[in-house]
Amino acid sequence: MRVVLGASVLAVLLFSQAAFAEDVSPGMINFDEGRLLATGGVSAVEGEGGGGLAPWALITGYGTRDGVGVTLHHTYVGLPDYQLITPGIAVGLFDRLELSYAWQAFDTEATGAALGLGQGFTFHQNIFGAKLKLIGDAVYDQDSWVPQIAIGLQHKENDRGAVIAAVGGKGSVGTDYYVAATKLFLAQSLLANVTVRTTKANQFGILGFGGDKHNSYTAQIEASAAYLVSRKLAFGGEFRTKPNNLGVAKEEASFDLFAAYFLNKNLSLTAAYVDLGNIVLHDHQDGVYLSLQAGL
Amino acid sequence: MKTTLALLTMTAALFTLPAFAADTLFADMGGQPGIDRLVDASVDNYLADDRIKATFDESNMDRVRAEFKVQFCQVAGGPCSYSGHNMAAAHKGLHLTNADFNAVVEDLQAAMTSCDISFATQNRFLARLAPYQHQVVTR
Repeated sequence: MRVVLGASVLAVLLFSQAAFAEDVSPGMINFDEGRLLATGGVSAVEGEGGGGLAPWALITGYGTRDGVGVTLHHTYVGLPDYQLITPGIAVGLFDRLELSYAWQAFDTEATGAALGLGQGFTFHQNIFGAKLKLIGDAVYDQDSWVPQIAIGLQHKENDRGAVIAAVGGKGSVGTDYYVAATKLFLAQSLLANVTVRTTKANQFGILGFGGDKHNSYTAQIEASAAYLVSRKLAFGGEFRTKPNNLGVAKEEASFDLFAAYFLNKNLSLTAAYVDLGNIVLHDHQDGVYLSLQAGL
Repeated sequence: MKTTLALLTMTAALFTLPAFAADTLFADMGGQPGIDRLVDASVDNYLADDRIKATFDESNMDRVRAEFKVQFCQVAGGPCSYSGHNMAAAHKGLHLTNADFNAVVEDLQAAMTSCDISFATQNRFLARLAPYQHQVVTR
């Protein structure tokens, strides 16, 4: 429902922009699409601009410091015993502030039945994100080692509080805070990102926040590297550590190997091999990650 | 101990390597004939680009091309010494936006591709031009 609403708002904005494209006066939303291809990254699994697993310091979309960008995405993660579907929307304001919303549906398939929850029992999560660019420019500051640095938060609301409590989780609502540093090493055609996140989330929040083993925030590290093959194509990999709060199931670090293809500033496709490690009852949950992003 | 030594050696190597590595960018861009061809192709692109062509309304384009050819040669590490306008002075009063700057970059990328300059070489050249954003974009 919220996604539909978001899409409607976007459509209205797009229409009003098209109608007045010849005369963008002060006060109008200026979708200038003025940034360079791929410099907004793609849409990460929690809805913010980034790689697949980690938020980057880049602001989503193609708006410059004089304009606004917006992205819609839909992401599918297929694992041996689970499936995640997550659409979302994000707005980049003046290449400075990013606001995002993602909705996640995590389908437990046959595992739900094995746990007595029922076949196809599904956890849902609303994720509201905000990210503020503080210093540096990942693209232009090629004469300096200073990366682009941003701080952000992700507020998550899970709808399965009773199940979360039953497995030892301490809450169904939680907020992550992070600092991300992104640097484009343009002469080497390399992009690198390091993010430090403080979080209580179990499996990204799908199993709630805090647990019987640990119930405090811990710092986790997320790293991404990408090699730019052409203006339109990047190959890379990511790594993300996670807390291990629940007694009933161990939680492991996750990683991915991805290819991102930017058809143009309005459409990109990311395909990845992703390994999320053990997820309740099942070891070695690895599979395919597909994400389509449309925007401007 | 051995690890520390290896790390130190590696760090030293990393810092000294760029100083001793031959700067091949000028040659990789085809020398002065390649640079001249690139400047002509990129200026043609700027003048055909509705986003930025008005910027050159008051310019003597023969002179602009000649200045770019010397400047690009110098930026690429070629045997030239650019004595024209400095970047801040040349763009003062043009009120260029970030989008304008990036439009120039996109036109330059297209010109480099049409001149058969490889993507990796394009990025080495763009990496040297990117910091000019701070002087060129004034709005």
